[in-house]
Amino acid sequence: MANVIVDIKNLMRLFKMGEETIHALDGVSFSINQSEFLTIMGSSGSGKTTLLNIMGCLDRPTSGRYILDGTDISSFSKTELARFRNKKLGFVFQTYNLLARTSALENVELPLLYNPAISSKKRKELASEALDAVKLSDRMYHFPNQLSGGQQQRVAIARAIVNDPVMILADEATGNLDSKTSYEIMALFQELNETKGKTIAFVTHEVDIASFSKRTIQLRDGKIIKDEPNKNVRNAREVLQNMKVTAVP
Amino acid sequence: MNLLNLLRISWKAISRNKLRASLTMLGIIIGVAAVIAMVAIGQGSKQSIQSQIAAMGSNMIVIRPVSNVTGGARLDNTTVQTLTEADVNALRKKAQYITAVSPSVSARGQVINGPYNWTTTVQGISPEYLSIRGWSLQDGVPFNEQNMKAGAKVCLAGQTVIQNLFPDRENVIGKSIRFKHIPFKIIGILSKKGENTFGQDQDDIILTPITTVQKRILPTIYYQLIFASAISENATAQAMSEIEKIMRASHRLQPGIDDDFSIRSQAELINAFSSTGRILTILLAVIAGISLVVGGIGIMNIMYVSVTERTKEIGLRMSIGARGTDILLQFLIEAILISISGGIIGVGLGFLITKLVGVFLHWPTLVTQSSVILSFLVCFLTGVFFGYYPALKASRLDPIDALRYE
Repeated sequence: MANVIVDIKNLMRLFKMGEETIHALDGVSFSINQSEFLTIMGSSGSGKTTLLNIMGCLDRPTSGRYILDGTDISSFSKTELARFRNKKLGFVFQTYNLLARTSALENVELPLLYNPAISSKKRKELASEALDAVKLSDRMYHFPNQLSGGQQQRVAIARAIVNDPVMILADEATGNLDSKTSYEIMALFQELNETKGKTIAFVTHEVDIASFSKRTIQLRDGKIIKDEPNKNVRNAREVLQNMKVTAVP
Repeated sequence: MNLLNLLRISWKAISRNKLRASLTMLGIIIGVAAVIAMVAIGQGSKQSIQSQIAAMGSNMIVIRPVSNVTGGARLDNTTVQTLTEADVNALRKKAQYITAVSPSVSARGQVINGPYNWTTTVQGISPEYLSIRGWSLQDGVPFNEQNMKAGAKVCLAGQTVIQNLFPDRENVIGKSIRFKHIPFKIIGILSKKGENTFGQDQDDIILTPITTVQKRILPTIYYQLIFASAISENATAQAMSEIEKIMRASHRLQPGIDDDFSIRSQAELINAFSSTGRILTILLAVIAGISLVVGGIGIMNIMYVSVTERTKEIGLRMSIGARGTDILLQFLIEAILISISGGIIGVGLGFLITKLVGVFLHWPTLVTQSSVILSFLVCFLTGVFFGYYPALKASRLDPIDALRYE
């Protein structure tokens, strides 16, 4: 059996809004194996963002168990969670969240700056390797405002993989991009998943985008209503190729 | 936690917004420059007053006659005849807190050397006078006890006198000058002393043995002044009370009767002027300090705005592994870097202003080490104090909310 990265059991997350208690997550259980590419889908209010926050160690569940890479983080303090995020996770956001007036290389270096075990030489090395992996080695010293949206998101992906995380969490990572660029990004994610064996959890509400992943979890009202492998996984690179052909005439 | 990395992060954050950082710095720069320059001006004037007074002889005590007759025609203090040789002898014999005593009698008149003439003061004194005043000879020798006994017609001439009677200044020693038809042989030239605090030219003088003045110029047996020197500046107060005791005994004054003399010391004068200088310095420093505080509030203001504006950045940093402490330290270091850099530039500017004031206004200035260290320390504390609350606010942000902030 493959190595289990995420093991979630009966996860509950309640929010108190005045008198009312909202069950953002209401008994969610699933696990993710290493090298899986998983999509979490759901309409707004379904609890997918809450789930991603807990999976990303940004939030703690009200009850239930969350084991990430063999460690139960349910009882971790804020500081311990921060350290855990730094070493185990990579985030990709809808709005890229790159630091302005900071070169691509320095943006990618950022997570390593919070890890005192890594020397400044090693940091440069890892950051340029990560940029290489997203095919942006020729844009290392460009500022975000000199890069296109797709390039900025690729810098963000490089930042997410630079610390060699056990899982990459992407929150609507293609939400701000046109479809062609979205497919390029998905192609990159597929490549990272297949050639480097990266585990990826991808939150989206677009069925089109979800079809590039291997497995889909559908949430509604804080509960999982569907969790199954995708039958015909599309290849983003092929889709791109076909687009070009149809675009010519 | 790696402080070097945090320093790097803060430095990059500042350099990402140079204009804002330098505008924030401006408040601190002006504050520090004001402190340095103001204190320099205050200290400079204080020191120049002190050194001028000290140049008159810092341990010097002056005894003047005072008319204690009330009613009737009161005499001018200089013509009151109460200070005598007996007083001087008593002081020389009994006083323990004074090292030297010299009586003094002066006369004004014209001195002549060939075609040149000059109106000046001839002051009769005893040989101790030079040490009391802390005065040295530029050339020649002082007169001795023998000259004193004989009432010898010898003199020591001040620079201004020499300048006016001997324009070529050649072979002055041994030449004779006439004062009221009496020839005086110049045996020494006094070194330059300059103007005193009150603008009098101290070099416009001729010193002769007191006996010479008393016998040959203004026949009198009384003294106009008695100069004394306390053993040290700190012993001035004891010396003064001792002098009062000896003088009262010498004048046979009954208890309850007022002194017929007055005693003044340079130390009193120094203190009076020093306290004026001190008040001036404090006043200037307070005004300058206020501008430093205003600069600090500027930092706080900008840091608060900066935290709000950079909420998303803070959220990102937290999501990739920055702890609350890291964020707190980052913003604190940013504030401190801004205030310290402002401090360094401010000290430089303060020095420049001080120099310009010295060159163009000719005001005495003195940049003290303590004012530099103090304003630097204040800068650092300003950074910590005014940077802490914004930094704390930043560190307490929730990463989820911060990331979603628009």
